[in-house]
Amino acid sequence: MGRNKMKLKLRYFAWVRERIGKPDEDVEVPAGVTTVAELMTWLAARGEEYAHAFENPKVIRAAIDRAHVKPQTAIAGAGEIAFFPPMTGG
Amino acid sequence: MTTQTIVRIQTEPFDTAAEAAAITRGRTDAGAVVTFTGICRGDENGVPIASLTLEHYPGMAEAEIERHVAEAIERWPLIGVTVIHRFGRILPGDDIMMVVTVSSHRAAAFAAADFLMDYLKTRAPFWKQVEKTDGKIWVEAKATDDEAAGRWAAPAKHQAAE
Repeated sequence: MGRNKMKLKLRYFAWVRERIGKPDEDVEVPAGVTTVAELMTWLAARGEEYAHAFENPKVIRAAIDRAHVKPQTAIAGAGEIAFFPPMTGG
Repeated sequence: MTTQTIVRIQTEPFDTAAEAAAITRGRTDAGAVVTFTGICRGDENGVPIASLTLEHYPGMAEAEIERHVAEAIERWPLIGVTVIHRFGRILPGDDIMMVVTVSSHRAAAFAAADFLMDYLKTRAPFWKQVEKTDGKIWVEAKATDDEAAGRWAAPAKHQAAE
């Protein structure tokens, strides 16, 4: 038997949220998915709406537990991971 | 003396002058107050807009702004900092956000306000959507905002240590 799947809460904002069609969800991620970039690749394969949202992963920003992270950041220990477009506040 | 800081994320309008007065009230060490107010324009790239809607990431928006306020306090001798950012639907002419920085002298107050604005634009989790006559579109991030934030990169001695 392989390692346990990792349970995560995912949150989406702005057009990432609109393309996926929901603001958040709970997922179980396979053990082989270890970084933010790998998580985006795994999500993109979940369906058309996800493929659309993550079609250009270079423009998508991510946060783990409400702090900005880079694509190569490990997701081990994360509780909540958010994906969103570049920010336009201010 | 500790720096007085206020960070608020809210839907309600705010009064920049009242916030600036509140943070300096009763103090005699404040020699300079800089205030910045971001206002909703009536057009997006020359096309009239009906309204602006700001989405944010509750919890992270406060945390991210507080991180940058803490960094500003480390870099400049500040007496007080107030940052208020609205979310929800905002009409042309209405205020979107404000920064107040207070110091003994103007250089620190100006620099800290400039620094905070550059970082808020590129790092605080807010997204603007504009409503035009033919529909709603998400505002695209500007490369010039990233370049502006890049001006404040860590001092050279920190980079050399990496």
